[in-house]
Amino acid sequence: MSVNEIITRCEQLFEDLSFSSAVAWKEEKPGRKVVGYMPVYVPREIIHAAGMLPVGILGGGDALEVIHGDAYYQSYICRIPRSTVELGVTKRLDFVDGMLFPSICDVIRNLSGIWKIMFPHVYSRYFDVPQNFSDDVGGVFYTGELEELKRGLEKLGDCKITDDDLRRSTALYNENRRLVNEVYAFRTKQPWKAPSSEIYLLMRAGMVLPVEEHTRILEDYLAAAEDEERRVRDNCRVILHGAFCEQPPLNLIKSIELSGCYIIDDDFMLVTRWLLDQVPLEGDPLHNLSQAFIHRSMDMAAKYEPDGAKKGRFLVDLVREKKAEGVIFAAPSFCDPALLDRPMLTNLLDAEEIPYIAFQYAENSGQMQPIREQAGTFADSIKLWS
Amino acid sequence: MTDKAQTEVIKESSMLKQKEMIAANYDKITDKVELGLKVSSTFVPGNLNELVMCFGMVNNLPEINCIQRAMKKLSGNMIQDAEKLGHSEDVCTYVKADIGAMGKGNIAPNGKPFPDPDLLMLSYTGCFTFLKWFELLREQYPNSETVMLHIPYEGDGVVTQNMRDYVVKQLKEDVIPAYERVSGVKFDIDRLREYLKQSAKAEDDLVWVLQTGKKRPSPIDAFFGGVYYIGPMFTAFRGTVDAVDYYQLLRGEIQERIDLGLGPVTPEGDMPEEKYRLVTEGPPNWTSFRDFWKMFYEDGAVCVASTYTKVGGVYDFGFRHDPDHPLETLADYCMGCYTNLNLPQRIDMIVNYMEEYEADGLVINSIKSCNSFSAGQLLMLREIEKRTGKPGAFIETDLVDPRYFSPANVKNRLESYFQMIEQKRQGASQAA
Repeated sequence: MSVNEIITRCEQLFEDLSFSSAVAWKEEKPGRKVVGYMPVYVPREIIHAAGMLPVGILGGGDALEVIHGDAYYQSYICRIPRSTVELGVTKRLDFVDGMLFPSICDVIRNLSGIWKIMFPHVYSRYFDVPQNFSDDVGGVFYTGELEELKRGLEKLGDCKITDDDLRRSTALYNENRRLVNEVYAFRTKQPWKAPSSEIYLLMRAGMVLPVEEHTRILEDYLAAAEDEERRVRDNCRVILHGAFCEQPPLNLIKSIELSGCYIIDDDFMLVTRWLLDQVPLEGDPLHNLSQAFIHRSMDMAAKYEPDGAKKGRFLVDLVREKKAEGVIFAAPSFCDPALLDRPMLTNLLDAEEIPYIAFQYAENSGQMQPIREQAGTFADSIKLWS
Repeated sequence: MTDKAQTEVIKESSMLKQKEMIAANYDKITDKVELGLKVSSTFVPGNLNELVMCFGMVNNLPEINCIQRAMKKLSGNMIQDAEKLGHSEDVCTYVKADIGAMGKGNIAPNGKPFPDPDLLMLSYTGCFTFLKWFELLREQYPNSETVMLHIPYEGDGVVTQNMRDYVVKQLKEDVIPAYERVSGVKFDIDRLREYLKQSAKAEDDLVWVLQTGKKRPSPIDAFFGGVYYIGPMFTAFRGTVDAVDYYQLLRGEIQERIDLGLGPVTPEGDMPEEKYRLVTEGPPNWTSFRDFWKMFYEDGAVCVASTYTKVGGVYDFGFRHDPDHPLETLADYCMGCYTNLNLPQRIDMIVNYMEEYEADGLVINSIKSCNSFSAGQLLMLREIEKRTGKPGAFIETDLVDPRYFSPANVKNRLESYFQMIEQKRQGASQAA
């Protein structure tokens, strides 16, 4: 397949607010279940091991008009919960049998309670992760939470999840993660061959497709993109940070790239790369997933950094490792994790003399001109003065 | 009512005693060096005051400091200063008021500067922002030790053994060792047990006071007056003999009001006729606290029960600190704080209050910068109206940012709401 064919397919999946591909997957075999999950991270391996399809629910985006959802949230709360409620109320999520709400912020946390009330027939679970990273404290707690999730999914699916099921699923997600990282590395190295708008659509496809199919798409894309002749542009290399939950409109990503920036790394859909290494397949699979989270997972605003001296260093290290020239902080309006974290990160970038800009968006932001101007000026300033 | 027009404010003995207790604590904090003391900062939800006292440390609560500043109309400028430093307009105003205060000398209510705390006790209970707040303060206090106590959220409405064990282990392996290290005092579990015994005594009296809201007329206002009643329990005094004495004094005062058939005391004296009995959800606005309160009592509206008075611990459904299981009880206390409960639990609590306290309605004061309370309140309002048949009112203000308190708007909504209750009553009596 050509790059264009692959991305066209991904874009169709991205634009489909009825989640047709996931619905079709479910209808293919009686008894199949779908479990939705919100940002930032859930162990999709366990869902997959239950024979279920994990589906990333990232709000309704800019194509969804929110009418009912606004009745659930005040104006000073971000848009992702209201568009997610909209998806639910308009029956677009009727095919979803379970919903997981990770511990990212109080809005998503409270949405778990809203879902329990509004959709009592759906298995709704707040997925807590530890902020203590000792094996015998946070590790034990988290393994317990994974076991509880496993039991919940077994009850939902009236099935038994064996250790071998978990190992097989872990292997599949290991492979998927390897390829996601390869795609990200490809973009970092040759950003003109892998525009971020394409990478974004590739990752969004992974939110709705079975992992096996997504892995094949990633392989196909890498091969096709390598062969694709694309003009090298005189763009600056930037890292986009803060968009880990409510997603920006696709046009915003395109606007940044049109304004003279290559986005060479980002924090969209962290679930695809949350665990940094291959999870071991020998031994207790839940313990392995727990250890991977405790010791080798990404840093982000909703995860406590016990060592103050290390706070934010992941971003500086990323800039250096990826040879980025600057950082664009793009956070949704009213996003507590991103906006409360930002002053600490910008202080560190100032100390390291790494240039940055910051702006806010909503998932349905329509005016891209200010973004283009800001990003364009930023790119120019980097070229002139860095 | 503006400050300029303010007449002499009526204060009862218990309020005066509390004022002395608070003043003495602030003196200990600011004079820590001279007194040879160490200071621990923590949050109201998940405030392990008994544990802090085991190490001879003084408890400092940044939220309370922000409230003090707000009530003195100082927080507005502090918030704007923080925003100029790069803190977003969209985030918690407690955090910004605290950060902004540092730029103005970080002055305590006694007029002296706050010292750097010796320990930041990051009790991550019921509010995501707490995590970021103390990360931000950690930057400001590089010589202070920070210790995390992660309190799992009651997502399914229950406390599991896994959750309890997690908290207890953190206490044993991280929190207590940190306090020992910083204070130089060895942990004595029997000392903790003694404090917990005192806590349970005070909790009995606090619950007695709060439950007098069931009487007609209610001798208390459980929201505006309630913030004074919860003061010692939620701050630096739970576990002390002083707190036990305070609550006994308060209980005596309230009993007297019951015996005399009086309504609650307000800043302008005894509230006249009780016309509307309300349950409130959410924190109050602090920058216009008295003006806000007056909008209720001048129309005969009394808050008979509130959820805000449970933010630092829920005691009126049976929980007491248990000296026989000291660390487990600290865990259960933290997990039971109001904002650590899930939405269905919060709704059940409010419905219980509406029924048990014979309320005419529910007022939700939705705080712009507090997602922990606010996200989901519109659904809560509709659910509670559906289950109780009683009308709800929804007003929007903020904690400590005066820009988000619009007196005319709030008063207008409240007056309309009280009229609505009146009309429903008249309609009901005509139907009967």
